[in-house]
Amino acid sequence: MHDPADLTTPTPPPATAAPVLLRAAGLACGYGAGAVLTGVELTLRAGDRVAVLGPNGGGKTTLFRTLLGELEPVSGTLERQARCAVVPQTERSRLDFPVSALDVALMGAVSRLPWWRRPGKADRRLARAALGQVGLAEHADRTFGDLSGGQRQRVLVARALVQDAPIVLLDEPFTGLDAVSADRLEQLLLQLADEGRGLLIATHDVEQARRWGTVLCLNKRQIAYGHADVLTRSVLEATYGGEIVDIDCAVHGHHDVVLPAHHHEH
Amino acid sequence: MHPSLALLTWLTDPWTEALTRRALLEVVLLGIAGGALGGWVVSFNLGYSAESLAHALLPGLVGASLLGAPLLLGGAAGLLVAAVAVAVAGRIPGLDRDTAVAVVVTALFGLGALLALSPDTPAGLQGLLFGDVLGVSDTDLALAGGLVVVLVGALTVLHPRLLVIGLDRLSAPALGVRTLTMDVTVLVLLAVTLLVAVQGLGNLLVVAVLIAPPSAARLLTRRMAPMLVVSSAIAVVGAVAGLYLSYYAGTAAGASIAAVLVGTYLVLAAGTAAAAALTRARTRPTPEPAGAPA
Ligand SMILES: Nc1ncnc2c1ncn2[C@@H]1O[C@H](COP(=O)(O)OP(=O)(O)OP(=O)(O)O)[C@@H](O)[C@H]1O
Ligand SMILES: [Mg+2]
Repeated sequence: MHDPADLTTPTPPPATAAPVLLRAAGLACGYGAGAVLTGVELTLRAGDRVAVLGPNGGGKTTLFRTLLGELEPVSGTLERQARCAVVPQTERSRLDFPVSALDVALMGAVSRLPWWRRPGKADRRLARAALGQVGLAEHADRTFGDLSGGQRQRVLVARALVQDAPIVLLDEPFTGLDAVSADRLEQLLLQLADEGRGLLIATHDVEQARRWGTVLCLNKRQIAYGHADVLTRSVLEATYGGEIVDIDCAVHGHHDVVLPAHHHEH
Repeated sequence: MHPSLALLTWLTDPWTEALTRRALLEVVLLGIAGGALGGWVVSFNLGYSAESLAHALLPGLVGASLLGAPLLLGGAAGLLVAAVAVAVAGRIPGLDRDTAVAVVVTALFGLGALLALSPDTPAGLQGLLFGDVLGVSDTDLALAGGLVVVLVGALTVLHPRLLVIGLDRLSAPALGVRTLTMDVTVLVLLAVTLLVAVQGLGNLLVVAVLIAPPSAARLLTRRMAPMLVVSSAIAVVGAVAGLYLSYYAGTAAGASIAAVLVGTYLVLAAGTAAAAALTRARTRPTPEPAGAPA
């Protein structure tokens, strides 16, 4: 078994020439009283797709809210070189509010405009195109509250596309999506990274994280950051606070299964 | 007399005097303003705040009218006192915000009513409670016109940002919308609208113009911008209908307008509920007759 102290040393991602969009050093995040997440050392470059892993309460949403500027850093430094677009985690929208899917996608334009400017024709076209990219072109004029949960989640992704920001934060965007929509979103994320945007994507799917290349593991503190190779058994154990059991499943291939910490007799 | 001519006379009769024509213009302007702003008051759940602000105005209005000062000044002073009192009361430990507002507003309203109804007070002060739309001055009309211009302008410019807050207040900062600035703006617009409208429509009834039309419009529309337009239209038509009612039934103007507006909402609500029940019944397959005993 590794000494857990080893794991706190962040593994730097492979050095690339891509411009730095975001840099955090010794960052601690919290809600005023004390820090709920410490030791964040992070450099996000254009074209990065970073999977943010961690248990419930691990600090993923807290980190995103700090990066967005909604929460002040408790300590450490945070340099943000560009605007952030965001797909929030929980469905907090009021479903009785009279807006169409297009209206909601169009809200992304507001963050790019000074307060006296209203979204124009070009923004409207952009919002329709974004709805098309998440496969909702034919639902543009439906009432937002009448859509299904997964469809609403995709409208919020479209809204983030309309924000057209160099940094995109997605907080568990795959939750509630069917297989087709999830595939489409994967493609979309790849495309966004290819366009030179930096993506931070919170997820609970370790296999997905391996595919994306870069991972950030959080469990009240930063456990690891770097190429998906850092996802060793001990890193996963430290991240999820449990014992990892290898299961070779004939159908799905190799899987890491996390068991709660009290299953030690295995 | 030919029936259509009779109808025409019936329709034009109330507006032969300058007094009633001014009242007509006043309620049309207030209907546009109240209907549009009311859409946001309802969407932001500010109905209680609107009611509280209106009531808190009363002692200021009564005081101004006793001193012979402009009512607008008195109302503004009353609002200021209420705001300070609410802020102070909200700091008393163990008293939550809603309770603090209720205590302050009830105290102020009681004080205003006491002043208004005391025997030494000149007559006409009940106009402050129930409105005196037939007594509007040129200044009042100019103020109402200015209110419409400012309000429609502000609501048009701020519309996209207000939509963001209405849908999801917590995510608004991430979309570049300052919630505090927007809240203060809406409350200031609300206070100004109440100040201008309270003389015509009365302290007790002014809130009806802010709440009933958008509630009715919400039943008929599915998007915010059309809802605001329909709300204003309902407010204008309802207010004019209220003036007819007042003219022919001899009822107080403010109360008639409030009654028509609230009545419109109730009829529409019942109508849409009935329509929904009807479509449900139509789409349901006709049930098999229950097996009757032989
Ligand atoms: N508004 C808040 N005020 C105070 N503490 C909070 C608040 N929101 C979250 N926390 C605390 O911060 C810690 C991290 O929560 P966070 O929401 O960042 O976790 P998460 O990794 O996003 O979890 P999940 O997978 O459930 O989304 C938790 O202990 C939580 O109780
Ligand atoms: Mg979260």
